[in-house]
Amino acid sequence: MLRELWNDAEGGFHPASAPDFLPEPALHEVQLRRLRAVVTRAYDNVELFRTRMRERDLTPASIQSLDDLAQLPFTVKADLRDTYPFGLFASPMSDVVRLHASSGTTGKPIVVAYTREDVEVWSEVMARTLACCGLHRGDIVQNAYGYGLFTGGLGAHYGAEALGATVIPISGGNTDRQVTLMRDFGATAICCTPSYFMHLVERAAELGVDLRELPLRVGVFGAEPWSDGMRAHAEAAAGIKAHDIYGLSEIVGPGVGIECSEQHGLHIFEDHFYPEVIDPETGEVLPDGAEGELVLTTLSKKAMPMIRYRTRDITSLISEPCPCGRTIRRMRRIGRRSDDMFIIRGVNVFPSQVEAALLQVEGTLPHYQIILTREGGLDQMTVEVEVTAEVFSDRVRGMEDVRNRIVQAIDHILGIRVGLRLVEPRTIERSQGKAKRVIDRREA
Amino acid sequence: MKLQQVSVFLENRPGRLGQPVEALAAEGIGILTLSLADTADFGILRLIVRDPEQAKAVLERAGCVVGLTEVVAVAVRHRPGGLAEALSVTEAAGLDIEYLYALAAGDGDRAILVIRFADPDRAITVLHDAGRQVIDAEELVRLID
Repeated sequence: MLRELWNDAEGGFHPASAPDFLPEPALHEVQLRRLRAVVTRAYDNVELFRTRMRERDLTPASIQSLDDLAQLPFTVKADLRDTYPFGLFASPMSDVVRLHASSGTTGKPIVVAYTREDVEVWSEVMARTLACCGLHRGDIVQNAYGYGLFTGGLGAHYGAEALGATVIPISGGNTDRQVTLMRDFGATAICCTPSYFMHLVERAAELGVDLRELPLRVGVFGAEPWSDGMRAHAEAAAGIKAHDIYGLSEIVGPGVGIECSEQHGLHIFEDHFYPEVIDPETGEVLPDGAEGELVLTTLSKKAMPMIRYRTRDITSLISEPCPCGRTIRRMRRIGRRSDDMFIIRGVNVFPSQVEAALLQVEGTLPHYQIILTREGGLDQMTVEVEVTAEVFSDRVRGMEDVRNRIVQAIDHILGIRVGLRLVEPRTIERSQGKAKRVIDRREA
Repeated sequence: MKLQQVSVFLENRPGRLGQPVEALAAEGIGILTLSLADTADFGILRLIVRDPEQAKAVLERAGCVVGLTEVVAVAVRHRPGGLAEALSVTEAAGLDIEYLYALAAGDGDRAILVIRFADPDRAITVLHDAGRQVIDAEELVRLID
């Protein structure tokens, strides 16, 4: 159902944001009603979910309260990989109007699907996201998230349009043009990754453009973790308010959570995405305020409902009322993950992917380490690999061949050309427990 | 007839060359000759020693990555043209040389070329046919001492 949105000329809150302010009883009623419907939908249409429910002697009728959600089985990323491409769909393809995909850990993409209603809900939460950042009709939004299979570009685009703002669908890259159009079109907001924004700020300075003198006043930054230090730097350098946005393709894309003007936690649109925080070891649901792994249940999605999806992001829920007046709970900014995944230039990388590449080339798994640095505003990834007797070649060309094969194998799996440094045995620190695979030297 | 050359992988940073060299010295292992190939990122140290297997074990205990490579030692006259003459033989036969280095024999008359060929067995046949003196491990020690 499309919502009518109009310009909020009086100040105050945008009409699109109304659900953000639902009194708790009304919010819970909406959530329970939708939860029962989505569990029924998933049970009736998604074999994997139905099987797991039956194993636990559960049916959709088992959901009598929101607390009953804790009984239901989790969904994990491997489930999407195992059912690639369309095994978790709850709608026939003829009802699916959009497919998106992101890279999976073994090179197989994670596929997500949307019906027309799903696209409308997505547009709605993205409109609410931008409204939460103080944007409205009349704002000019420069969307530098990548357009294509990645959910970032189209997600932000549809949200800005639904809001009634003017969208510049510039997508990523071509920084010189980004700066030129930002200046010439008078963009008032920009959506991109925080590290790309810092790169853009630097380039703008080189081009003699001071972002503080432009109408730009809002940044909507996400797709990778970034610290308060980086926020302060971005805000000072560009004269903007920088908001952290959170989302993941498996749930919807961008539009799961957003910081309000308080910049103290991200409001989750929990009328559409129900959050839980669990102990990542035991799976036990933790109370608000306790830190653990974020689990999300899509309350409205038709094509691909996700029940208790483990995000692997570590956070805690804040139930204290927010000064902005929103009743939808906040979560703390995501600082780290429960697995080793890191993000470089907006791409999710697991050390296990690097390991797979090394195994391919070397046959055995040598000691390695991933070093992340930032040079000129751009993330750099260097992999250090200890040379083993197996790959040691007496010929310089032989060693360079080994290097090239490793670089190519990693490029093939990740789509990133890394720097590679061959090192002597025992130069990489051994650890007692879990090896420290990633050294992140990027200044937060 | 082939020699076993000891190769060691080295990172290109200070102190890395000293480490294998000191390990050998500590065990009283003498280096007959050596060569160091370098790139921007790493180096390969190549050594001719009396007992390659022993040297390999010592270096591995010291934490080095070590390989053994077959190379061919050829005696040439130690005067201008000595190297050119030997190479004309190998080039005429189309032998592929990966790298080479050299040392002087104790008698002052001869020099020894240590050559890594792509096909060492064929190289030895060609050199013998051309009447060249291919030196094995025992002879090398005698020539140098």
